[in-house]
Amino acid sequence: MRRFIAGAAAIVAALVVSTQPAAACAGLIGPNGAVNLLRTTTFAGYHDGIEHYVTAFKFQGGSGQFGSLVPLPGVPTSVEKGGDWTLQRLIRETEIAKFSVRGAIPLAAPAADAVVLMQVKIDALDITVLSGGGESVGRWATEHGFRLPPDAPEILDFYAARSPIFMAAIFDADAAKAKGQQIGDGTPVHITIPTANPWVPLRILATGKNAAARVDADVYLLTDRKPLLLPAPFANGMELQYSQTASASLLNDLRSDKGMDWVPEMAWLTKIGINAAASQLTYDLAISANGKVPSRVAAGLEAPANPTTPATNSPSNQPLALVGIAILGLGAVLLLGRFAPRSVAP
Amino acid sequence: MALALAAFAASACASAQAAMPTEVGIRIHYSRFEPSTVEVQAGVPITFTIVNDDPIDHEWLIGDSNFHDRHRTGTEAVHGDRPDEVSLPPMSIKRTTLTFPPGTYLYICHFPGHEAYGMVGTLVAKG
Repeated sequence: MRRFIAGAAAIVAALVVSTQPAAACAGLIGPNGAVNLLRTTTFAGYHDGIEHYVTAFKFQGGSGQFGSLVPLPGVPTSVEKGGDWTLQRLIRETEIAKFSVRGAIPLAAPAADAVVLMQVKIDALDITVLSGGGESVGRWATEHGFRLPPDAPEILDFYAARSPIFMAAIFDADAAKAKGQQIGDGTPVHITIPTANPWVPLRILATGKNAAARVDADVYLLTDRKPLLLPAPFANGMELQYSQTASASLLNDLRSDKGMDWVPEMAWLTKIGINAAASQLTYDLAISANGKVPSRVAAGLEAPANPTTPATNSPSNQPLALVGIAILGLGAVLLLGRFAPRSVAP
Repeated sequence: MALALAAFAASACASAQAAMPTEVGIRIHYSRFEPSTVEVQAGVPITFTIVNDDPIDHEWLIGDSNFHDRHRTGTEAVHGDRPDEVSLPPMSIKRTTLTFPPGTYLYICHFPGHEAYGMVGTLVAKG
């Protein structure tokens, strides 16, 4: 599996599509039920209490439908097609800059049905934003013909305890081909989420993988100032690879892309590389850019005292010192394949 | 349902220590069988109540190694009502009754990746 790349903030979920489940890295679901993710690029930015995710779903050929589930920290106010160059520009910025990094800078009973909050079609992608507990969201996915890996029930509960909002993205490969998309073409999606509690899902990257399988991802954060992170990126497969004031040229370029006029004049760019065994990823990445210690609950290190309920989150106006956080790249993806759910026969 | 099943399963386990149960409750939660070990009396009809608490499909297949070898490479999408092959849709309850010759049997979910994830249990039928 290739590395994910997330933009300045991000969750990334790359969806890739292939109708050939046996293909090594081409499908989300392998013949043994494993989830294979291809390189994906996602950007998450946080500014004025609004988180912006830009995630790209790449067309990898094949036919049929595949999808992913991405846990979100709040209810999106909009889901629309993303800009044309934001992700690429972020990648270029950090690839160049990585050579100038100096030293290591530290850095949740039978539930009601899931509620569909929003449905959007972007090119060959059918996106549905859901509110519900882990069980109800999992049931929704199953009822819509997808096969979730065996660890999905626990993982969905893990995320639902903190935020009952999930985004299901279904990629229709046949529709992509009909629209003339070529293999490798990406469909950027921009998700705008008011939230006071931005975090980057990491644990979900290990969903469907064997304990020893590697998880590689690049997480980019764009914050108002240098962020505090939890866990600190020193162990458990995390490495701080970039931590500098974002260049004016980068911010200008990002701001000039579609839907990116929210990018602030000044920001701090952080890149964290994830290279971990799936069994290591038992946490998420909590971010604080206001000088306070990041939340252990947001990091998935402890359960919330009062798990969230599947109701729509109201936009929060809790002041965070993050100017723009960009959370990034990662992606959370639970995957699904529209297959008959099993294969057994005497 | 989960709590009730858990209590049922616990009860079955406890009674198994005193007298072999003729009814066994098995709960599936987070893609695990609870309990994962069961002892029963051989030659006596045993009724299993299997509860799938997960929002995903599972199955409960019980048999010897040859039985499981066949299922690992099977292609059947869904099982019928065979007593030893139970398909469990999300959030469902099924009952089945079986009589075992003395021996050790495994109950496994053969959905892709589920056995490797740990969906394996052992039933010992004592003569």
